[in-house]
Amino acid sequence: MMNCKKATQLLSEAQDRELSLTDRAALKIHLMMCSGCTNFSQHLNLLRRFTQSYAHGDDTSHSPEKSKNDPE
Amino acid sequence: MSDDRITPATEGNGEGGMNFEDEAYLIKLRGQMLKFATLQLSDPHLAEDTVQEALIGALRNTDSFRRQSALKTWVFAILKNKIADVLRQKTRRSEVSHSSIDDEGDDNLDKIFNARGFWQTDEKPMSWSQPLESLQKDHFWLVFEACLEHLPANQARLFMMREFIQLDAAEICQSLDISTSNLHVMLYRARLRLRECLENNWFKDGVKS
Repeated sequence: MMNCKKATQLLSEAQDRELSLTDRAALKIHLMMCSGCTNFSQHLNLLRRFTQSYAHGDDTSHSPEKSKNDPE
Repeated sequence: MSDDRITPATEGNGEGGMNFEDEAYLIKLRGQMLKFATLQLSDPHLAEDTVQEALIGALRNTDSFRRQSALKTWVFAILKNKIADVLRQKTRRSEVSHSSIDDEGDDNLDKIFNARGFWQTDEKPMSWSQPLESLQKDHFWLVFEACLEHLPANQARLFMMREFIQLDAAEICQSLDISTSNLHVMLYRARLRLRECLENNWFKDGVKS
């Protein structure tokens, strides 16, 4: 069976290339049984999200002051 | 090092709209940009030119930035595009020198996985609670930056090319003249480390306020 080291390598590569059908199947089975790698997989997506927001900001770049117009 | 060729128009208090009273901040920002660009381009002169262009371009259009973080965001977005252009041009003219990207001794993989290749008990990734809330927290970004800086330089460079500048794998390999498998290995290690660093320094104790 695929181990976590291999699974995490494939998960990382999946961010950069399309995996083969075989790899995807083996990975899927591994993930069904491994919470660590399932978390890892989510974390990779988050890393991407974080990094892309890193200097993008959301829309803050064009609205300098956050609208603090809470009507009291 | 402290080549202060550009201390942008602040002192001349040139055309209106530049209310950057905080010159010290600009200098610091320029330092951060330079560091980033030098890492990405591995050519200090080119980095400097690129930063200068980006900074001037940004300042020209930003009379409305009152929050420094917003300025930083904006300036880095511009810098990022400029770096991507430069890298792509380099690729096209293939004037890149043979940069060998090697693995700066990275064998703590063995600390993460056991002999059979499964997670060591205390290395097993945990579930991160409310990860997206972190985006709103200034402190999170400090941790994130510190973690990036903690990566070996080559890994950080590749990671940022891929994830931040968003070049695709083929473009990176071409631009740096490295093999695809080399790229995959380096990105894998960068992600492992970065993930672990964020977990240990941010997510472990729950999202901080």
